Formats: sequence, C-alpha cells, structure tokens
Amino acid sequence: MIPSLLGIVIITFILSRVLPGDPAVMMAGEQADDTVIENIRRDMGLDQPLYMQFFSYVIKLFQGDLGMAYHTGHTVAEDFANRFPATIELTLFSILIAVLVAIPVGIIAATRKESIADHISRVFSLIGACVPIFWLGLMFIYIFYSILGWSPAPMGRISGDLNPPTDITGLYLIDSLITGDFLAFRSSLAHLILPAICLSTGTMAIVARMMRSSMLEVIGQDFIRTARAKGIHEFLVISRHALVNALIPTLTVLGLQFGYLLGGAVITETIFSWPGVGGYVTDSILAADYAPIQAFTLVSALLYSLINLLVDLIYGWIDPRIRYE
Amino acid sequence: MSETATTLVPNPVPQPSAQVAAAKRQTFTRLLMKNRLAMLGFGFIIIWTILAIIAPLVAPYGPTLTDTASKLQAPNAAHWFGTDNFGRDVLSRVLYGARISIWTGLIAVAISFCIGVPLGGIAAYYGGRIGNVIMRLMDILLAFPSLVLSMAIAASIGAGLTSAMIAVGVVGIPEFARLMYGQTISLKEKEYIEASRAIGVKDKVILFRHILPNALAPLLVQATLGMGFAILTASSLSFLGLGVKPPIAEWGAMIAEGREYIISGQWWLVTFPGLGIATAILGFNLLGDGLRDVLDPRLRSGK
Repeated sequence: MIPSLLGIVIITFILSRVLPGDPAVMMAGEQADDTVIENIRRDMGLDQPLYMQFFSYVIKLFQGDLGMAYHTGHTVAEDFANRFPATIELTLFSILIAVLVAIPVGIIAATRKESIADHISRVFSLIGACVPIFWLGLMFIYIFYSILGWSPAPMGRISGDLNPPTDITGLYLIDSLITGDFLAFRSSLAHLILPAICLSTGTMAIVARMMRSSMLEVIGQDFIRTARAKGIHEFLVISRHALVNALIPTLTVLGLQFGYLLGGAVITETIFSWPGVGGYVTDSILAADYAPIQAFTLVSALLYSLINLLVDLIYGWIDPRIRYE
Repeated sequence: MSETATTLVPNPVPQPSAQVAAAKRQTFTRLLMKNRLAMLGFGFIIIWTILAIIAPLVAPYGPTLTDTASKLQAPNAAHWFGTDNFGRDVLSRVLYGARISIWTGLIAVAISFCIGVPLGGIAAYYGGRIGNVIMRLMDILLAFPSLVLSMAIAASIGAGLTSAMIAVGVVGIPEFARLMYGQTISLKEKEYIEASRAIGVKDKVILFRHILPNALAPLLVQATLGMGFAILTASSLSFLGLGVKPPIAEWGAMIAEGREYIISGQWWLVTFPGLGIATAILGFNLLGDGLRDVLDPRLRSGK
C-alpha cells in the first residue's frame, strides 16, 4: 500500500511538472516583466532542483495544501471541501441504483437462463456498456426535461427558490430527511435522480453481467445440488447458499467500477451543472487552471486505492475462508 | 530387416505442419462466423471503417462548410441529419468524425500495445529486479481511474488530437503489460523455449519470435476491446475540451457543441454523433467478446 501511494504521488508530481506553460508566467500574466516572473518563480520554489521541489510538494500535501485555483481565487483544498459532498451524494446514489438493479437482474438472468428476462437483461447490459455517458445524459435531459417536462431544469442540486437543508452530512437527501424538510427532500431527489441514473448505467451493465456469470458458475457446483437434494426451498438455495458465493467476484468488479464512477462524475456533473468536484474539474480545464486537475487526479487515485483495499477487507467478512495475515 | 531400415531414417518429429495450422485457422474462422453477435459487431466495424475511408466521396457537404442561411435545420431531404448552429451538415460531420475516432483508436491501441507488450514480456522473461520495477509501475498506473489519468495527461501535454491519442494510449499500457507478463511467465518454462535457449538463440528473438506469437490470442482480444475503450475515452476527452478542437468534426466535440441546443429541442446535433460513438464501441465490444469466446473457451463471458 505505502509504495503504491508513493508511486501515485510521484506520477502526479511528474504530470504537474511537464506542463506546457511556465506556472510562474501563468500566475503573473503574459505581460509581466522578467523580474516579477523571477520573483514568483523563487516564491513558488521553481528555481530549486527537482528533488527539492518534490520534497516540498510532499510536505505541502501532508499539510493539506493542494495549491491555488486561479480561476476561483480560493485554495484547491477549500474548493474541494465545498464541493465534495455533492459528488459523494451523486456517486453513492449511483452505486446504490446500480447495485439495487444489477444484482437482482443478474440473479434472475442466471436462474432463468435463456428466458426472455435473460435476453432482455443481456441486451441492456451490452448497450449500457457502450453508450457514452455524456450522450446519455443529454438524451435524458432532452426526453425528461425538454419533451416530457418531468424533471427539473438540469441545474444544481435543489430548486433555486428553496433553501438547501441545514448542513449536517452535506448530502441534501439525508440532511433534509433528518431536519424533516420534505419539500427540500422532494426537490433534491428530483434533481439527483437523472444524473445518478445516467452515471450508474455503465456500472449497472457490468455488475449485472458479472453477477449473472458468477451466479451461473456457483449454481453449477455440487454444494448447490446437495442443498437442493436436501429439500431446501429454491429461494433459500439461491439467497443463502448461492448468492454469498457469487457476490465475491461481483464485489471486485464493483470496487474497480469506483474508478469509472470518479471519471464519469466529471462528465455527469458537467452536463447537469451539478455543483460537485467533477464540474469544477471541467471548469478548470476550460480555464487552463492546472492545480485543481492535478489535485483531483491525486485525490481520486488515493480514494480509488482505498476503496479497493476496503473491498479486499470485505472479502474476509463475506467469506471467512479468506483471511489476511 | 525392414525394422533396421526404419531406424536408420531420422525420426520424423511430430511437428504441427502447415496443414494442421490451416485446419486450426479454419475452425477458428468457422467458430467466429457462427457467433452471431461477434459477426454483428464485425459488421459495425466494417461499415464504419469503410465510411471513414470513403467519407470524402459519400459526404454530401464538406465537414466544415458553414452556411448561415440554413442553420439549425431539422433533418430534411437536403440534410438527412439536419444542420448545426453554423449551418454545417451533421451527416457529413458524422461521416468525417468516423475518420478521427477510428484513427484515434488505432493509434492509441498501437501505443498501448507497442509499449505494454515489450514491457510485460521483458518483466516476465528476465524477472528479478527489472521485472519487479516494471510491474510495480504498471500497478501504480492502474491505481488511477482511467478517464481521470487520461484527462491529467492530456491536460499536461496540452489539448489536441495528438495529446488525446497519447493520453489514451498511455492509460492502456498496463493492461497489455499484465497480459503479456502472464503469458510469458507460463510460456518461458515450455520445452521449446528451453531448446531455443540451449542452441543459443538471442533473448530478443526468443521473446518476439517464439513467445509473442503464442501469446497473441489474448492480446488480440485486448486490442479489440481496447479499440472500443479508446474511442470512448478519446471522445470523452474531446467532449471535455481536452481533445480535438473545433471546427474539426469529431463525435465527442460535436456533442459538446450541440449540448446547449438540446434544451431548446434541437436533438439532432447530439443524437447522431452519439449513435456513431455507441455503434462503433458496440462493434468492437461484440467482436472482442466473440474473439475471447472462440480463442479461450475458459474465459467465456457467462454464455
């Protein structure tokens, strides 16, 4: 774990040092004269040898300093802190949708192999895996907002004429439930549902597919035949005996999907003007502001590694045969 | 007598003759032809490739030809896919977009393949410290979410078609390296490799002439699936403003340009390039899955 974290930091550092422009020039503006640029360069430590720059980069990281975002005028850490709850809400809700749909679908497809339900689910998981998220999002907006008028305008997390719920967890859905503000709950759910479904499709497709194939494999094994022979009800055979064993490969895939969700969040948030970190990264790209992009790269790689570590630990909990020394 | 005669004749080594190889190839083609989904995917790929090549011949208008008199027209007889906000013909732009997408996919996969395969091969063949360092580096690259890493790389080199190709290509390297690593680890213990080494064949030749051809099947599957991934990622980069710059006709960039018109109901600006991306990716995914089923029945995707 530690060497790979160090590796992640090194790669992010390298990426931040092969920038096309000179960061000092970018900060001072094109018209600044040489002495000003030279001063900024010294202030930023860009005149130091590369390994010294790396050390100060790491030290700053430990202090939570991710650099300045020139296009907002705040530090990247501040912007992240303001915007991460929105991204977390979106991502968690997408995972929830994906799991709640994909796992039952995968089970049904496997237990009724070659039935109509199986074929439909396979066609959907084929399509779900190859439809670009940015296209799907725009089509959703066209159908559900422009034509049907079912969903609110794709702007933000809650209607403009409502106050956001009191900040407890930062997740509007949960906060509005805790404070009993059902108007805010309805509005934030309405704003969340389209982007969340949009972000979840790819994951849904892959998880359903994985669930189906690992379920098929488990059902074919001897212990399932034994369980059936003992006269256990089919529902229990599937839910108590087969499901637990089929979940492990599915869980691996779900952990790997988290990386896809972080990338997808950038696109989804951009399309739905969702005030999270992803939309912020797109704004930074358009403003040629690199510090937030690099910081997001670093943070998402760290998060991704942590999630996969967590998944490894959950294995041991689901399957007691897997133990870590 | 006859027995001694036969012993004098050098033993015919049971080698896979050209006939056997041809028969194998035939089985492979037949199995692949029988896989209807794979053939459907192959069909999509062929159609898009042909359209990409002959785009200048079949496109009714130039891809960047503006005509302000006929802007934002819904699909009609003169413009089958409608026109965009500059009066450019969407059909022509979708056709030209196929060129960019397929070309980007090819270059990106070539980058991943040409760097990843040697790295994986060398790591497995020599092992030791070099192998460790290479594979650890690949693990670190895999620790980054792929779209996020390609965004960071493209942003670092500067937006443009070339940087999108490089960014997508680099992100694909570890997959190829890991595949080649796994293949080489098991192949290098085989007798024929030991034999080649014993007669003094150079390592480079063993790796690329003797091991690589036998490791090609899974790499081919990965390359096909990688094309779909590359087209998707490159168009995402263009959508975010990190890939192809306007006015060049590229599917992701076209969707980004058409984005603001979707709310006012001009659906054709976004719909057609999106269908282009989806069918192209579907083609490569279906063919890739089919190839995997045929080449390695153990890896069957839950058939």
